[in-house]
Amino acid sequence: MPDATALELTAQELLQVDSGSILDTSFHRGRAELVASPSAIRSVLRHLKDRGYSALASLHGVDYYPDEPRLGVIYEMLDMQRVDRISVKVRVATDAAEVPSVVELFPTAEFQEREVYDMFGVRFDGHPDLRRILMPEDYEGFPQRRDFPTGGEPILFTFNEQQTYGKWV
Amino acid sequence: MAPEKPDSGGGQAALTEDYRRREASVTISSEPAGEGETHELMTLNIGPHHPATHGVLRLLTTLEGEIVRDIVPIIGYVHTGIEKTAEDKSYWKVIPVVERMDYLAYYFNAMAFCGAVETLLGIEVPPRAQYLRVIHLELNRIMSHLVWLGTSALDLGAISMFWYCFREREKILDLFEMSSGQRMHTRYIQVGGVFEDIPPGFEEKVRAFCRDMPNRADQYADLLEKNEIVLERLRGTGVVDQETLLGLGVTGPLLRATGHSWDLRKAQPYSSYDHFEFRVPVGTIGDNYDRFRVRHAEFYESVKIIEQALDGLPEGPFITPDRKVALPPRHELATSMEALIHHFKLVTEGFRVPPGECYYPIEGPRGEYGCFVRADGSAKPARVHMRDPSFINLQALRPMVMDNYLADMIATLAMLDPILGGVDR
Amino acid sequence: MEIKREPLPGDTTITDFRLRQLQARDMLRGELDEQELQRYVEERVLTTTVDRAVAWAQGNSIYPLTFGLACCAIEMMSIVGARMDIARFGFEAFRASPRQADLLILSGRVSIKMAPVVRRIYDQMLEPKWAISMGACCSSTGVFNNYALVPADKFMPVDVHVPGCPPRPEALMHGILRLRDKIQGRRRDGWRARYDAVGTEELLDAETPPDTAAVNVLQNGDTAGA
Repeated sequence: MPDATALELTAQELLQVDSGSILDTSFHRGRAELVASPSAIRSVLRHLKDRGYSALASLHGVDYYPDEPRLGVIYEMLDMQRVDRISVKVRVATDAAEVPSVVELFPTAEFQEREVYDMFGVRFDGHPDLRRILMPEDYEGFPQRRDFPTGGEPILFTFNEQQTYGKWV
Repeated sequence: MAPEKPDSGGGQAALTEDYRRREASVTISSEPAGEGETHELMTLNIGPHHPATHGVLRLLTTLEGEIVRDIVPIIGYVHTGIEKTAEDKSYWKVIPVVERMDYLAYYFNAMAFCGAVETLLGIEVPPRAQYLRVIHLELNRIMSHLVWLGTSALDLGAISMFWYCFREREKILDLFEMSSGQRMHTRYIQVGGVFEDIPPGFEEKVRAFCRDMPNRADQYADLLEKNEIVLERLRGTGVVDQETLLGLGVTGPLLRATGHSWDLRKAQPYSSYDHFEFRVPVGTIGDNYDRFRVRHAEFYESVKIIEQALDGLPEGPFITPDRKVALPPRHELATSMEALIHHFKLVTEGFRVPPGECYYPIEGPRGEYGCFVRADGSAKPARVHMRDPSFINLQALRPMVMDNYLADMIATLAMLDPILGGVDR
Repeated sequence: MEIKREPLPGDTTITDFRLRQLQARDMLRGELDEQELQRYVEERVLTTTVDRAVAWAQGNSIYPLTFGLACCAIEMMSIVGARMDIARFGFEAFRASPRQADLLILSGRVSIKMAPVVRRIYDQMLEPKWAISMGACCSSTGVFNNYALVPADKFMPVDVHVPGCPPRPEALMHGILRLRDKIQGRRRDGWRARYDAVGTEELLDAETPPDTAAVNVLQNGDTAGA
C-alpha cells in the first residue's frame, strides 16, 4: 500500500493532469483510496496504469444507502512490480447511474462490470455486451441494492406446509 | 436438440435472430469449399447439465465443423445470493455463509473474510492461530488440487485417477474432521484465530499424511505423464500468452503456467507465510500441460509448508484474547462476570466493527481470493464481496479455445479448473 | 497351528447334507415320487408377484444421473469413491443422459435460473423415476433463505430428502437405501413405531379427537411452536 503521504502525492499528480478528477482521498487501516469523479475514471485509471498499477484486481459495487450518492463502484488496482495496491472509488446516484467502462484498458472488467450492472443497476458506457450475468436475463430489479428485499421462503412446519405449497401425493 | 432457452427473454424468434446474428459475426475459415461442400456455422449449446463441465456452466459454442469459432460462457445457474444473505447476518454468522462460495476451497473463503474483518477491527491474530490456519489452508489446497486432478483425468478419459485422488481426499477430510468435526465447510477459521485447538493425535496423523503424499503424487505423475494420449491432448493446446492473461486479470496456477511467478504467499505474505521456505512452481509456455504440471508440483510445495508449520508450531492461544471479538472459554463463564456478559453480547448481537472498508487478498488454489468488506459500525456487514478467481479466470476461456478443436476445449476447461460456486456466488 | 477335525455328534454315517445331496440327485434323475417332489419344490422355490419381483430388480439396479450442482456434488462424488463405495449396492452406473437414468440426485442449490433446467431434465427421464433431494439447499433453501434459491419441492416431486450441509456420504447412502426400500415396497417403520413413542405428535385435522390421556399434545389452533 502506498502510505498516506504517497497517496496524497498521487492525488496531486492526478489533479494536475485533470483537475476535478479526484474528489477525495482516504487512508484507513492501511488501505489507500482515491475517490474519483465518474466522468474522469478512464483517465484516472489510464494514468495509474502508466504509473505501474497495471492490473485491475477487482471491480465491484457497493450500495451506500442511505448516504447519497448511493451507488459506488470500486476499482482495486494492483502493481505487480512493486507489490502495491490502491483503490479508486466512484460514486453515482441511482437516477444517473452511468459510469464509463474501462474494458479497453483492462479486459478483465468485462464480466465484472456486467455483474455490477446486474446487481446494482449501474450502466457502463462503452461496454461491448452489457446484460445480466448472474440473474436470469428477464429479471426485474437489482438484487444487491440495500432496499431490495432479501426474499426467501417461509419456514415450513406441519401446520403451514399445506397452505404454502401443498403436498405432492 | 431444441434450441429454446428456459430463461428466454423475448420469445423464440428473437432468440434465433440472436444466434444467427452471432453466427454471422464470426469469420469462417478461408479454405475453399470442395465439390458440393458448404461452410456453415453451427451453434451448439453445451450445458448447463453436461458430464464434462465442472459444475453448471453453459457454453454457447459456434462451431465450424469441429473447430470452435466463438464461445460465450453463460453463468448464473448456481447464483445463490450469498453476498446479499451475508448482509443480514452478524459477522460471526457470515463465516459459514461465505464459506460456501467456492465449495472446494472453503478455508480460503473463510480466511479472506476473516482477514478483512480482522483488518477492520485492528486485532492481532496470535502466532499459533496463524500457523494452524496455514496448515489447514495448505491441506485444503492439496485437497482442491486432488479433486481437480481426479475430475480432469475423468474428463480426459483416464477414469482410474478419480478413485486414487479421492482416496487421498478422504484422508484429508479425515484430518479436517479430526480438527473441526466436519468434513466440508468446517467454519474452522474464525475472526481472530481458529475455532479450536488441534486435538492430541492430529499432528501424527498429519505427519503420516505428509510422508505419504509425495509418494502418491509421484504415482499420479507416473500414471499420467508418460501416457501418450494425455500428452497429445494437453501439450500445445489452449495456449495463451502472458499479456492477454494479465490483461484479463487471471491469477493463480493459470498465470504461473505462462512463466509469471506471481504468488501472493510470496509477494504479499499474510498469516506468517513468510516464515516458511517453499518454491513457487512456474511453467513455460502456458499450454494445458504446463497448467497440469504447475498444479501437480504444488502438491509437493504444500506438503513442505505443512511440515514446516508443524515443526515450528508455537505455543499460545488459538484465538485472539480480545473478549470483545472472540468467545471466552467456557470454564471462565462460571467464575467471571465479564466473561458472561461478553459471551452474551457476542452470541446475541455479535461484535461491532468500526466503519471502514477493507480488501483482503489471499492466494487460493485458483488464484487471488479477495474479500471486500464494508463495515458501517453495526454488528452486520454492509457489503461483503468476494473477488473470486474462477469468475475472472473464466474470461480467459475464450482466447484459450478460439480456433481450436472442440475436444481440446474439454481439456482446456478441465485445466482451467472453474468452480461454479465461486463464479456465481 | 494344528487343525483338528472332529466328527459331528449323532449318526455320522449319513449327514443331513448327504441326504440333501442324494435327494437332489434323485430329483435330477427323475426318481422322486409325487409327494417327495412336491415337498422338494416347495422348499426351494420362491413365489412372489411380478410386481414385487420387478420392484426388487428395479431397486437393486438404479442408474443415478450425474447431476451435481454445488458442494453436495463433491460429497456425491465421494460415495462413488472407494471408501463409501456405492458400487456395493449396484448404483455405480452414473449415466450422463437423463433418458438413460432413473434416479435424479439433486445435489446442491437450485437457483431460479436453474430450476426450469432441472424440471426439463426431470421431464426427460423415463418412468419409473425417482428423485432424491440431497442436502439442505434443495430440500428447503438451506443456509440461504433468499431471492435466488428455489426449494426442489416447488417444481418437482421428490421422494427422499437427505438433510445435511453437505450430508456426509454415509447420510446420502442411507437416503439412497431408504429409497431402495421404498421402491422395493419394503415397509420401514418410522422411529415412532420402532421406539413406541406416543404423546408428542402434532394433530393436523380437526376430525381426529385429541388423546385426552396424553399431555403436551398440540391442539389445532395452538400458536406456532412446532
